[in-house]
Amino acid sequence: MFDWFVLLAPNVMKKFPEMIKCTGQTLYMMALSGAIAFAIGLSLGVVLTATRKGGIWENMPIYTVLDKLINLFRSIPFIILLAALIPLTRAVVGTAIGTAGAILPLVFGTVPFFSRQVESALLQLDSGLVEAAQSMGVSPMGIIFRVYLKEGIPGIVRVTTITMVSLVGLTAMAGAVGGGGLGDFAIRYGHQRNQVDITYATVVVLLILVSILQGLGTLIIKKTTH
Amino acid sequence: MLGAAETMESESKMIELQHIDKTFTGKEASVEALKDVSLSVRKGEIFGIIGYSGAGKSTLVRIINLLEKSTAGSVAVDGQELTALNNRKLRRVRRNIGMVFQHFSLLPSRNVFDNIAFPLKYSGKNKAEIARKVNELLKLVELADKAAAYPSQLSGGQKQRVAIARALAADPKVLLCDEATSALDPQTTLSILKLIKRVNRQLGITVVIITHEMAVIKEICDRVAVMENGRIVEMGDVFDVFSQPAQAITQKFIDTTTTLHRIHDLIFQQSQVVALKEGELLLKLQYAQRSVSTPLVSFVSRTYGIDLNILFGSIEMIGDSHLGGMVVIASGDRGKIEQALAYLKSIHIGIEVLKGV
Repeated sequence: MFDWFVLLAPNVMKKFPEMIKCTGQTLYMMALSGAIAFAIGLSLGVVLTATRKGGIWENMPIYTVLDKLINLFRSIPFIILLAALIPLTRAVVGTAIGTAGAILPLVFGTVPFFSRQVESALLQLDSGLVEAAQSMGVSPMGIIFRVYLKEGIPGIVRVTTITMVSLVGLTAMAGAVGGGGLGDFAIRYGHQRNQVDITYATVVVLLILVSILQGLGTLIIKKTTH
Repeated sequence: MLGAAETMESESKMIELQHIDKTFTGKEASVEALKDVSLSVRKGEIFGIIGYSGAGKSTLVRIINLLEKSTAGSVAVDGQELTALNNRKLRRVRRNIGMVFQHFSLLPSRNVFDNIAFPLKYSGKNKAEIARKVNELLKLVELADKAAAYPSQLSGGQKQRVAIARALAADPKVLLCDEATSALDPQTTLSILKLIKRVNRQLGITVVIITHEMAVIKEICDRVAVMENGRIVEMGDVFDVFSQPAQAITQKFIDTTTTLHRIHDLIFQQSQVVALKEGELLLKLQYAQRSVSTPLVSFVSRTYGIDLNILFGSIEMIGDSHLGGMVVIASGDRGKIEQALAYLKSIHIGIEVLKGV
């Protein structure tokens, strides 16, 4: 029954097991670097919001340093970041190649973007909520956990979805350091061996991945918005 | 050491602000939001602060719970000086000062019950105690059936009721209302004001109300301060301030609720309505002192045999006293009219002759 598929995409059928393996690598890179970047980025986003001018823990030195660092990393194209981070990756992870070697650059490539997104999501919260909590004698720590991280959930989920989708793109580039994954798969076979059906098949898998992420995000936002 | 009299005096005061200055320093210019503001609010009263936007009243109310820190001056609530407290102690004091806001500031991801319970979490109360308190408050604000609703499902008036319940959850001694009715329609405003008054009478909570609406002051306040350009320009019992306004701005606020000032337009336009016949007088009569209700117009016309043609009337009750007055054309024998005016003066009616022939 797959005859027509074999006819349409002969190379995909031959490389199917490898494609499954590469999809697994992409998911692994996304899950691990996504989880680490989420934890770090969320924390930095909260720190940015709290320390900025008029924030609950106003601290211009911390804000300024963080702000500039984020700008610095955001201005480095990811492909250059991959190469530039090789020594650091080797020192931290032990290897700069393979899927494990891709995690650190992926975290560095995602955190600055995500921190900014979290900051902007939290800034969109009604400032009256923070003021009301302050008037009730809630501490700054209480405001972070009970107002920012609770009332901000829909906004945080929204920017997490955006970040995860862009992370899909970054993992594809991580193939350049031998990170494996679907991007690497598509370049090696689809591009370098001119097996165009592999390129398109990869796009379809990525499309499904992005759709699932977006659908999940939308669902959570719907459930948490009242 | 305080003398006996001073102790007595400070005991009857709930809020005492002395010589408050507040300057917002910007990059290019600083704004003096408050200039040497002193006021004291008595225990158990409803104190109104009225002014146009930009007058500094919202800053002033935030000085009371130190959401804004004053540049100079002292803030005492219930006998405790607040400006010297560290953040931890200040947070504890704030639990004694409830606050409601113009735009309600309810937490949108929590339902009504959890919004009201918000200040009680981590306050040492257990779940059952919190539930009892919240249900009690829901009953007080007449929203017992809305416990599970989310703020987005409520009307503006219902939201403000929830906000009031939340502000009362920690059993505060003071309730600060920052333009609490300004986002509501007149009918809802009235019901919220009634609720605030009930809270004040039932629970004995001292209330400070910030507003730009004269109607709010007249409806529930005992005393009022009028603010303009960062200063309090007039302060006293609501009746005294509004029956004999000393400042132009106070008169402006009064004009928003009466029609009496429109007579000046008519005179200016030389309207037919104010064209007087020989011997007639155009008068503005105003209640100038607290006085009991008397059948003024009919008594005067019967006793002195003159006619009073009422052009405008605007009379309201503040507490149990009249506030306001009327514009009339008095016609009849000039001598009789003079006698009638003398009588009116003797019962403390303010008389202004606007036009006479």
